[in-house]
Amino acid sequence: MTWTWLIGAILFLVLAPVAGGLIAGIDRKITARMQGRVGPPLLQPFYDVGKLFEKENVVVTATQNFYILAYLIFIALSGALFFAGGDLLLIIFAFTLAHVFLVLGAYAVHSPYSHIGAERELIQVMAYEPMIILAAVGLYMVTDSFYVADIAASTIPAILYLPGVFLGFAIILTIKLRKSPFDISTSHHAHQEIVKGITTEFSGSTLGQIEIAHWYENVFLLGFVYLFFAWNPVIGIIAIAVTYFAEVFVDNVTARVRWQAMLKSGWIAAIIAIINLAILACILGYMMAGGA
Amino acid sequence: MSIMAFLKRSPWILHYDASSCNGCDIEVLACLTPLYDVERFGIINTGNPKHADVLLITGGINAQNREVVENIYEQIPEPKVVIAVGACAATGGIFRECYNIVGGIDKVIPVDVYVPGCAARPEQIIDGVVAALSILEEKRAKMNGATQEKNDAQQAEQAGENT
Repeated sequence: MTWTWLIGAILFLVLAPVAGGLIAGIDRKITARMQGRVGPPLLQPFYDVGKLFEKENVVVTATQNFYILAYLIFIALSGALFFAGGDLLLIIFAFTLAHVFLVLGAYAVHSPYSHIGAERELIQVMAYEPMIILAAVGLYMVTDSFYVADIAASTIPAILYLPGVFLGFAIILTIKLRKSPFDISTSHHAHQEIVKGITTEFSGSTLGQIEIAHWYENVFLLGFVYLFFAWNPVIGIIAIAVTYFAEVFVDNVTARVRWQAMLKSGWIAAIIAIINLAILACILGYMMAGGA
Repeated sequence: MSIMAFLKRSPWILHYDASSCNGCDIEVLACLTPLYDVERFGIINTGNPKHADVLLITGGINAQNREVVENIYEQIPEPKVVIAVGACAATGGIFRECYNIVGGIDKVIPVDVYVPGCAARPEQIIDGVVAALSILEEKRAKMNGATQEKNDAQQAEQAGENT
């Protein structure tokens, strides 16, 4: 029992890049089919990252690479803590810290595009951070624990108590997966708009590290989705697949919005979650009063 | 050398219009459409020279964008290849005699592949990129060889110091 947490963490550290890369490959294939194209091979994301490690690494200042390494380590750490069944609040703090390193890395270089990307990334953090904490609070209210191990082992169908929280989480998931309409800091799909935003000044293996960190991040976030459906693993897996497909669909049918609209959407998501939690608190309070 | 030739499977392209008439540029963008879909080969049209492997360039270069072309070329990390698309990129084309036209990409930066045509057809452009990929792979092997030699020389030097 004492060692199971370690197994979860190690499995995550080893398998998450594989799973994340495959998810990215499936994502690109589905996107291509939605656009009436054949699309790249399933393993394309691995080819891309493999190539990035073969390329020359153009470094403007050595600190930028250090920050990106810290970003990768803290993303991996927050995911490892999650799959080890750790404290959800600690995981969210580690996760936020990782993004602070990414922003610092982009600010380390004197490039206007990199700086615009970094500013937009900060706005993204502002937009999703309240919601992600509310999601943890919601899961605590239902299961009486902040520990992922307890939440995952809970037999209470959290989604039935937290539909608003889940909806809000799905909205900020679009920001976190860097998908349209909220893909404003990396501008994946808007070529040449702000060049490549936050990743503009990173090349070669450093860009590869950002990509791998993103895979870790995606697996962690999909694990978070699972917590809402943890009482039934089959439904949980289906829920992950449906949620991700919905994100890809939204990515393909929407145009990017301005940062103001993104910030509003993130906070509207938080308000939906707060209303959900307020109603839940009333019901739980009523039930307790009735029981007494 | 390396068994895993990822570079050939994931060439990211930077497209630059060096005073072309836009004819070739439209054909370049046509390659991305569902009809040709170059993403099948892992090709991505990136807007960032630091992420690019292939510089796909159209037009005959004029006095004003000469510096821009040089700058972009310098910013692309090694190994890199340059593809000159269209008659103007090869020789200056019908603009060759103009007072402001330099007359061909190779007057400014080294070119690896020339794609002829006015305008070049998407099929030809894709063929050009595929031809460039083997050159890219050669350059990577050469680059690795150079690093290897450098490392060997360093080691030999250190060994010399030790003895």
